[in-house]
Amino acid sequence: MRRAFIDSLLELAARDDSVVLLTGDLGFTVVEPFVERHPDRFFNVGVAEQNMLGIATGMAQSGYTPFAYSIATFASMRAYEFIRNGPVLHELPVRIVGVGDGFDYGPNGPTHYPLEDIGLMRLQPGLGVVAPADPEQTNAAMDALAEHPGPAYIKLGKGDERVPGLEGRFRLGRIELIGDGDDVAILACGGMVGAAVEAARLLAAEGVGATVAVTASISPAPLEDLAELLGRVPLAIALEAHYVTGGLGSLACEVVAERGLGCRVVRQGVRAVPRGESGSTRHMWERHDLTASAVADAAVSVLNSSR
Amino acid sequence: MADDLRKMSLDIRRAVIEQSFRAGVGHIGSCLSIADVLAALYGNVLRGDGDDPARDRFILSKGHAVLALYAALHEAGRLSKSELDTYCTDGTAVSGHPDHALGPIELSTGSLGQGLSVGAGVALGARLSDSPSRVFVLLSDAECNEGAVWEAAMFAAHHDLTNLVAIIDVNGQQALGRTSDVIDMEPLSERWRAFGWDTHEVDGNDPDALAAQLEALPATSTTGKPHVVVARTTFGKGVSYMESQVHWHYWPMSEELYAQALAELDAAGASAGATIGER
Repeated sequence: MRRAFIDSLLELAARDDSVVLLTGDLGFTVVEPFVERHPDRFFNVGVAEQNMLGIATGMAQSGYTPFAYSIATFASMRAYEFIRNGPVLHELPVRIVGVGDGFDYGPNGPTHYPLEDIGLMRLQPGLGVVAPADPEQTNAAMDALAEHPGPAYIKLGKGDERVPGLEGRFRLGRIELIGDGDDVAILACGGMVGAAVEAARLLAAEGVGATVAVTASISPAPLEDLAELLGRVPLAIALEAHYVTGGLGSLACEVVAERGLGCRVVRQGVRAVPRGESGSTRHMWERHDLTASAVADAAVSVLNSSR
Repeated sequence: MADDLRKMSLDIRRAVIEQSFRAGVGHIGSCLSIADVLAALYGNVLRGDGDDPARDRFILSKGHAVLALYAALHEAGRLSKSELDTYCTDGTAVSGHPDHALGPIELSTGSLGQGLSVGAGVALGARLSDSPSRVFVLLSDAECNEGAVWEAAMFAAHHDLTNLVAIIDVNGQQALGRTSDVIDMEPLSERWRAFGWDTHEVDGNDPDALAAQLEALPATSTTGKPHVVVARTTFGKGVSYMESQVHWHYWPMSEELYAQALAELDAAGASAGATIGER
């Protein structure tokens, strides 16, 4: 995903002189191609994320399109008020690039798990929030954001596995569907889409029809697409390596409640602070029931209980 | 010219007193301490305005003193009297902290510690674009409590942003007490020097000295460093009962004290030979 991002950024920088890359001293083995090609458009601001966002705001005011790169926790939360009072308040084309899906930094522990960034970023009106599922969708999202006039937050997972059936589709404000089952919709973005697709496969084997809604464009929110989807299924499961409050599950609940839909929503996310235990990404997914089998079990259980 | 700047300072102070009394709001002491800095900037130093990309930028990082900025903008012909008169009324962009929706405001501020980072970004952008723009950022001494100020200070020095000027209003007061009692920032100039800035101490209530110092800055920059002007000011300057009195960070004036403040400013104007009664 990070390689796909930097490839897209290089293409963008080749045709748009305003593109500059800032980093908070992160991106080893990622940013180098950009540094080599555009040394005068690369700024390592040091370990200072607040300042990075302030610098980005000022450069955007001077006509530049800054990409500000760090680990998702630091890029989003350390600099949050700078994001709010800078690019959001002034409607400037700053792109905040946060690396890491929820548990991508596995053994590094809780300071490195962005479990609330989607919720926090989604709160800011006019801030695009994008969490692509694989490298091809990252490229497509970068292309779409090139035409996006306001600020944006891009969450890049560390995985590079292709999501079967997605084929790089991405549109701002839309969901991308994989499958067309009518029993359950599985909502996911970023690094959880793979597990969502696998859950759909498990459910199909049990005769349960699932549709995976790749919700990579969180803001602008795909409200119409979600309303259409959630209007035709009895159950939606939001699978997210994110706290259950504020993320995709919350978004689904908002759509269901505001539209008066009958769909039940299960928020399959993180429910407690992951303290005292770290481990591989897969281990953390299993500890927090963020696996294909956990989703399939939840779907079967809810569907059976309501029959 | 000297008389003009002193008159401008007095007119800024008078507008601060009038508008804060009318609106019934505080932050008067913080506004009065920077009246001379703003007179120097808007009377003599800042070049260009409007949408001119080559214009100098001014960022009021200590946004709570915005009333003094409105008054200076009015004196400079960039904000009408009718707009100024909407200060802190319903529906106005002439609000209690700077709002960039108002044309001549470059940056919305109010959360202390953010202006210098943005100013450094603007200065870097200007340099990349070969623009002659200079960026002036006015901070308060207590604002330097914010760690982000020093992140920006390190960045600007590392990148040799000679087109960036920080001005510190050292009025010695913060919301709940003297800065020396809350978090002592002295020796402030030495701290900035240690962070790699060219440091200039100046009487922050002498508009002529300020103008001379600010105008001379880029020309005297032989070191490749950004500049900081440590402006020693008096909190509440110009109104005797407010000077160095911490409660004038927040308090509005009574009618009696309002009349006294105006009388003192008028007397100062008369003794300085400045024209009175043109407001």
